[in-house]
Parts: sequence; structure tokens; C-alpha cells
Amino acid sequence: MISLGIESTAWNFSVGVVSEDEVIALEGDAYIPREGGIHPREAAQHHSEVAGKVLARIFEKVNPGEIDAVSFSQGPGMGPCLRIGATVARTLALKLDKPLIGVNHCLAHVEIGRWLTGAEDPVTLYVSGGNSQVIARRGGRYRVFGETLDIGIGNAIDKFARYISLPHPGGPEVERLAERGERYIEMPYVVKGMDFSFSGIVTHAMKLCDEGYRIEDIAFSFQETAFAMLVEVTERAMAYLGKEECLLVGGVGANSRLQEMLGLMCTDRNAEFFAPPKRYMGDNGAMIAYTGLLMMKHGIRTELSESYVKPDFRIEEVEIPW
Amino acid sequence: MVKVIMGGEAEVRIHDSFVEKIRIRKRYRIKELDDFLRRRRTISEARIISNARKHGVATPVILDVDDCRIVMERIDGEPVREIMNRDVSREIGKGVAKLHSAGIVHGDLTPMNMILKNGRIYFIDFGLSYYDERVEAKGVDIHVFYEALKADFDNWGELWEAFLEGYSEYGKFSHVLERFREIEMRGRYVDKSENRS
Ligand SMILES: Nc1ncnc2c1ncn2[C@@H]1O[C@H](COP(=O)(O)OP(=O)(O)O)[C@@H](O)[C@H]1O
Ligand SMILES: [Mg+2]
Repeated sequence: MISLGIESTAWNFSVGVVSEDEVIALEGDAYIPREGGIHPREAAQHHSEVAGKVLARIFEKVNPGEIDAVSFSQGPGMGPCLRIGATVARTLALKLDKPLIGVNHCLAHVEIGRWLTGAEDPVTLYVSGGNSQVIARRGGRYRVFGETLDIGIGNAIDKFARYISLPHPGGPEVERLAERGERYIEMPYVVKGMDFSFSGIVTHAMKLCDEGYRIEDIAFSFQETAFAMLVEVTERAMAYLGKEECLLVGGVGANSRLQEMLGLMCTDRNAEFFAPPKRYMGDNGAMIAYTGLLMMKHGIRTELSESYVKPDFRIEEVEIPW
Repeated sequence: MVKVIMGGEAEVRIHDSFVEKIRIRKRYRIKELDDFLRRRRTISEARIISNARKHGVATPVILDVDDCRIVMERIDGEPVREIMNRDVSREIGKGVAKLHSAGIVHGDLTPMNMILKNGRIYFIDFGLSYYDERVEAKGVDIHVFYEALKADFDNWGELWEAFLEGYSEYGKFSHVLERFREIEMRGRYVDKSENRS
């Protein structure tokens, strides 16, 4: 069985093709905002402009006739961006006369992570621009055990990066700065129950910049504080659920310090830490293709009339038959 | 025999008549932050446990506190998670009403942190508790409990209803409930997506 997947929830327009055993092809084109954060309409414009080219690159490697299903990111995400992916998917499904499968974007991050790392029943920390969630399987569904009360960790880092005029994307730049940090400056550490909040750190970091603190020390303290909050909640979910695996997914998962911290936490509680290769951590079409393939194997498909996009689609809404 | 429980943030040693809660070093966070968090939480937890009892909430008696260690009375009862039902959930609601009336936000209202003994619900684990008079903080507090019920029990709907019956003893009940509904809507992708632009 071969599944093609289209990802277009936010910054990336990406198409992947997978079989049950491997990723056959993955092509994409990232939208880079001219200034500020992601503008949904500009991003959608970008996606519609590159969609044809990206698909053409895919079909250089894969014969369209081999494809058994067309999957797409149905949500959560930015409405205008989601609609581009959904339209491309519907068109392709009709043309190839193959089933259409609407996939939950967060679920796809978790499933490709499990597939590529071999993690069986992990507590997943999913960290990206707009999302920061601690997710675990409970019965026939995934549940969110903790999440941000305001902005995603990726957006928090990006906001800070823009404030100090770092080029986009800000994450890797802030990580490099943080490596040269020498002194920890106290930051608002906000964990409420299983939820966390990052806006206080962003505001505080900006204030420290204005006051002339060393930028490397601010970046270092920012990461140490924000990541400690994420690791703490992940660990508490593992303790509470008695799970012994931890999986890291999402674009911010590429940060080596965050990986190191989760790794240490797992070592100390005799748990195993898993992280997929960088390429499959951030938004990508392969994760949609793979999750679509799982769904198809379990008889799930999305009728055209049901294929509307869901900008606020929650992972809890999806029943998991596998 | 001492039973040792490795919790999310502390090592809890259960002796016959007392319990030691030791906040152990977390290697994943830098020493400055780790020391700061462990000390702050130990002191604050011990204080809030005592204060809650003064306000009529069943909590263990604090026997000693030093650095990152609390020694307290052992509550030899049944874990709420194992015996949860409507009556228990209603009693929890009453307890939370008392906590909130005293300005205490528990911060980790999950069934793991409650023990039933002699018909009373004992609240433990005030490690994430703080004082806050705002409706928002209380809304978040009961939201944690709501999420825990949903995650843990198939009949979470009726358990939540019973909890609210008990919690309605709190003077600002309707305000908090209103805020709770807002929180339930918030923290969802729709709102967060605006932050991306
Ligand atoms: N005073 C006590 N009496 C009896 N059992 C306790 C007491 N304090 C803690 N425990 C047991 O230890 C577990 C962990 O303690 P807790 O204070 O919740 O630590 P953590 O912050 O690690 O969750 C509790 O869930 C409970 O089973
Ligand atoms: Mg506890």
C-alpha cells in the first residue's frame, strides 16, 4: 500500500509518499515571512504558488498510478493554508480516482515519531510554533495532558528572536546564542497543574534586553527556564500514567538542549527517550502520508463532503483503531 | 518497611506513621534553577499544608521541614483514584471550595493527590500551590481537575457534575464556573493560531 500525504497547516507546503516500510519521497517548500510572524494569507499564497512544483518533483520519483490513497492535513492550523492543501488533495484524489483521507496534524506528528523510532506507548512532547502539548494514549484515543495556556514555545522563541533582530527562523539562532550563555538570570517559571505559560518569559526577556543584559545570558536563561517547564510536565505525565517512554516531536524538537534535558530526565527515571530524525520532526508531508496509510488500513476514509478543513481540530477528537 | 514512591518531582518515603517528601535534584535543569525551585516549593508546600488545615481542609500534619525535605503525618487511607465515585467527587468539591475560600490554589488537583480516610478527603501534594485571589487562577485550578477526570474515568461527566455540587459551596462559584468555561475554549488552537501572525 502506498499513501501520498499533503501538509499545509502553517509555514510548510510539503508532500510525502510512504509505503508500509519506508518513506519513498518527501518534497517541500517553506514559506519565509518577509517580516514579523507568519501571515496566514501570505503563507497560503505561497503554498498555492509552489504546490504544482512540489508535486511535479514528487512525480519524478513516484509513478502516480502506484498511489493508493491521498491524505491531507485537515487541521489544526491556519484556515487559508489548510484550504490550499485540502484543495490540492481533493483534486488529486479525483484525478487518480483514489480515496481521500483527512488527517489530524498533531496525530501525524505522534504517529510518524512512533514509526521511525519504534516507541510503543510514549508520553509525547509536541513542541512547534503554535503548539506545545504533552500527549499520551489513553484507551482508544490520545489525550492532551498538559499544554500551553497562551502561546506555543516556538512562537515564544521567535518573538524574542525578532525583538533582538535575529533572522528567521529564530529558533536555531537563539539556540546558538544560548550555547554561549554564562550566567543564569531568573525568569518567570509558570507551571499551573499540568499546563504552562510562556508569555511571561518573553516579556521578561525583552525587558532584560532593554536593560542591557548580555544577550547570550538572556537566550540561555530563556531556554533553560522554558524547557525546564516542558520537561517537568512531561515527567509528571510519565509518573502519573506509569509510562516508560518519552517521544519528542515538532519543529522545536530539533533543539539539542531540549533533547539533552529530556534524555537526562528519562535516564534518571529509567525510561527511554526517542526522537525521530530532524527532517521528520517539523511539519512534513511524510507524517500525513504515513498516518493516512494507518487510517486506510483500518478502513477509514473521508468523503468529499466531509473533507472541509478544521482549523481547531483536536487530537482527542480522533478515534484510534490501531 | 519503608515504601518509596518516585513521583513526578519528589521522592516520597512512606514510613509506618510518617511520610518524608524529599525534593531530589533534577539533573536536567541547571543547578541555580533547580535549587531555587526545590527550596521554594518545599517551604511553600509546608506552609500551605498547615494553612489549609487551619481553614478546615483535611491535610497531613507537618512534623518537620528542612531545606528540600518535609516530614509529615502519614494518611493511611485509600487512594481516591481507586475508589472514585459521585460521593467522593462531591466531597472533593467541598474541599476545593474551602481551599479557594482561603485564597489557596492547589495547582495539581488530580485524584493522585487525594486520599480518603475515615470518610474525609485528605488533600496532599501542595507542591504547586500558591495564593491567588483571582477568579482566573481558580478557574485554571478546577480545569486541572476536570481534565484529570476526563483522562481517567469513563463516567467523568457525572463525576464532574458531583464535584460542582460540592464546589458550589464556594462564594464565587458562579464566577469561577463562568471563567472555567472560557478557559475550556481558550488554550485551543483557534486562539493560539492568532499568536502565529
Ligand atoms: N502524607 C501522606 N500520607 C500517605 N501517603 C502519602 C502522603 N504524602 C504522599 N503520599 C503518597 O505519595 C505519593 C506522592 O506524593 P506527592 O506529595 O503527591 O508527591 P509528588 O509531588 O511527587 O506527586 C502520593 O500520591 C501518595 O500516594
Ligand atoms: Mg502528587
